Amino acid sequence: MANLRELTKKDELLCGGHRACAGCAAPIIVRQALKAVDTPVVVGCATGCLEVTTTIYPFTSWRVPFIHNAFENSAATVSGVEAAYRALKKKGKITRDIQFIAFGGDGGTYDIGFQSLSGAMERGHDMVYICYDNEAYMNTGIQRSSATPKGASTTTSPAGKVIPGKVQFRKDLTAVMAAHKIPYVAQAVPSYWNDFITKVQKALAVEGPAFINVLAPCRLGWQFDPAETIDIMRGAAETCFWPLYEVEKGVWKVTHKPREKKPVRGWLEKQGRFRHLFRPENEHIIEEIQADIDRNWEALLARSGAA
Amino acid sequence: MSKRVAITGNEAVAQAMRQINPDVVAAYPITPQTEIVQIFSSFVADGDVDTEFVTVESEHSAMSATIGASAAGARAMTATSSQGLALMWEVLYVAAGLRLPIVAPVVNRALSAPINIHCDHSDTMGARDSGWVQLYSENAQEAYDNLIQAVRIAEHADVQLPIMVTMDGFIVSHGMENAELLDDEVVRGFIGQRTPKHWLLDVDSPATFGALDFADWYFEHRRQLADAQTYVKGVVLEVAKEFAKISGRDYDLFEAYRLDDADFAVVVLNSAAGTAKAVVDDLRKQGVKAGLLKIRLFRPFPHEEMVAALAGKKAIAVLDRADGLSTMGGPVFVDVRSAMYDAPGPKMVNYIYGLGGRDVDTEQIAGVYWDLARIAETGKITSPVTYLGVRE
Repeated sequence: MANLRELTKKDELLCGGHRACAGCAAPIIVRQALKAVDTPVVVGCATGCLEVTTTIYPFTSWRVPFIHNAFENSAATVSGVEAAYRALKKKGKITRDIQFIAFGGDGGTYDIGFQSLSGAMERGHDMVYICYDNEAYMNTGIQRSSATPKGASTTTSPAGKVIPGKVQFRKDLTAVMAAHKIPYVAQAVPSYWNDFITKVQKALAVEGPAFINVLAPCRLGWQFDPAETIDIMRGAAETCFWPLYEVEKGVWKVTHKPREKKPVRGWLEKQGRFRHLFRPENEHIIEEIQADIDRNWEALLARSGAA
Repeated sequence: MSKRVAITGNEAVAQAMRQINPDVVAAYPITPQTEIVQIFSSFVADGDVDTEFVTVESEHSAMSATIGASAAGARAMTATSSQGLALMWEVLYVAAGLRLPIVAPVVNRALSAPINIHCDHSDTMGARDSGWVQLYSENAQEAYDNLIQAVRIAEHADVQLPIMVTMDGFIVSHGMENAELLDDEVVRGFIGQRTPKHWLLDVDSPATFGALDFADWYFEHRRQLADAQTYVKGVVLEVAKEFAKISGRDYDLFEAYRLDDADFAVVVLNSAAGTAKAVVDDLRKQGVKAGLLKIRLFRPFPHEEMVAALAGKKAIAVLDRADGLSTMGGPVFVDVRSAMYDAPGPKMVNYIYGLGGRDVDTEQIAGVYWDLARIAETGKITSPVTYLGVRE
């Protein structure tokens, strides 16, 4: 459990002046995640928005040791760093406890970096992987990924005359990571900061790998007013489009059950990427999205013993 | 005490890795390198090394994890061949660009397609412009010696570059030879400890590795990488001199075999040099002034020394165990000929040989020397690029 008063006393480990867009969720996620750390921490990051906006030479926003290698290998890179830590600690060249966090966007995590992530988790490195999932390849200009939700218009799944945006439902990566049977897996949004920071604390505390999937609205790609980022994230949780839960040592638990599960329609309406769905001929897609959310939510409740 | 043993190339390399005792090895098996990983795994399992062995799920992750470990401050190694090196291609450039002194044995094997597990040099030739230093090895002894020296060269303050040490797949990796292994303590004394100036795990002075350069800085950083290459030659020679003291074995940038007074020179890499030396000896008995230049340091390319060694020859043949597919010869030929442009001009021809493990024999190499004699006599080159020992 995080205490707001205590958190405000902690250093900001990602300093201001970075080049992320106004309203970008990624730096909010990083700042909150780093507030959960009590020991020195080393950060790795995949190529993507977070990396390019925070490390433009000769500047860096990172007040902690940071490494970027390439797009698809954040997990493999940090697994090497963590192995080096174990080796150097064994030899007495390092005496302090250090934590390791790897960041990646959905492109670097769900898609091109999926193998690297899966391998690192299976090998049991003591690291936390945090995906900031903005549901498309935002850094290259809003192309679809396997995290892009059904119906969303992107530049490679544009809403056209015959195809109404992305045809497929997204990959359920959090469940895939839970299937790796690693000690801790969670899904979060920074709007529920206490929920998220507590999850990062738990993830850091476990021995072995942990994975947290965090929804990260992109105001350019999702097309909303940058002032609304926190509300959009909250709406994702309140509609159960992005349920907040954790899987701790194999036990599934919903960490935030909305008092009233809101229909997804209103949430979709706020985002330009779903605008075309409100044309009469596409209305059925909204129903399909709602049905999918309902099905997944019921399944999650059943898995959590909360149905 | 050093000991003389019968050993394969893979075993010799694995023994060198045991003696180097790296902090981290991240590697993935691939024929014909697999034995190195297997033998090293048993060293880890038996506690013969202190290494954290990261059993990655691909060569891309092998190089990525090795990069992470090296940036973290560890002495880090990997090993691969062929498709594995090709899969690493993207991150090879990252390793060099981040100036990480990684050492990696590469067991040379042909690239697909068609798939083939046997020796040629198309894998490491594909990495020749990545910024990695490349040391080529004729036999198990050289692979062993080069690997140990590579640690010192890579970590030298003026260099700070990754190094690949190659040997020929199957021909050397699986061939049993006599070799002399140094005493463990001697090797450890020779390589010393890695003392990085900046390292990721130095949490008290946090640094950003792998930052983004725009047009205002990228060029300068690449220029520094090019500048680092100019120091390699000197460091290679300096380390060789020290290595001779502990081993009694001499190394240079290349080996000039009966080259000084030769009229006809063949330039070659790796195991085919052994075959070519036998041909040189035989031709010398027949009164033909044949000589050989075996390249050890191929990247960076020791062009000045090579020009000095080859200038004044009547004709030169460069043997390439990889095809550049440019229709103007293999990669070694292109470099040697370019280096020789300003030298008083011997005639130069190229032979592509041994692709996919095709054997090259003494008769074929003798044929190359006879071709050179004919070219010198007539002044005419009928075939600038010849495919040696192929069904046309």
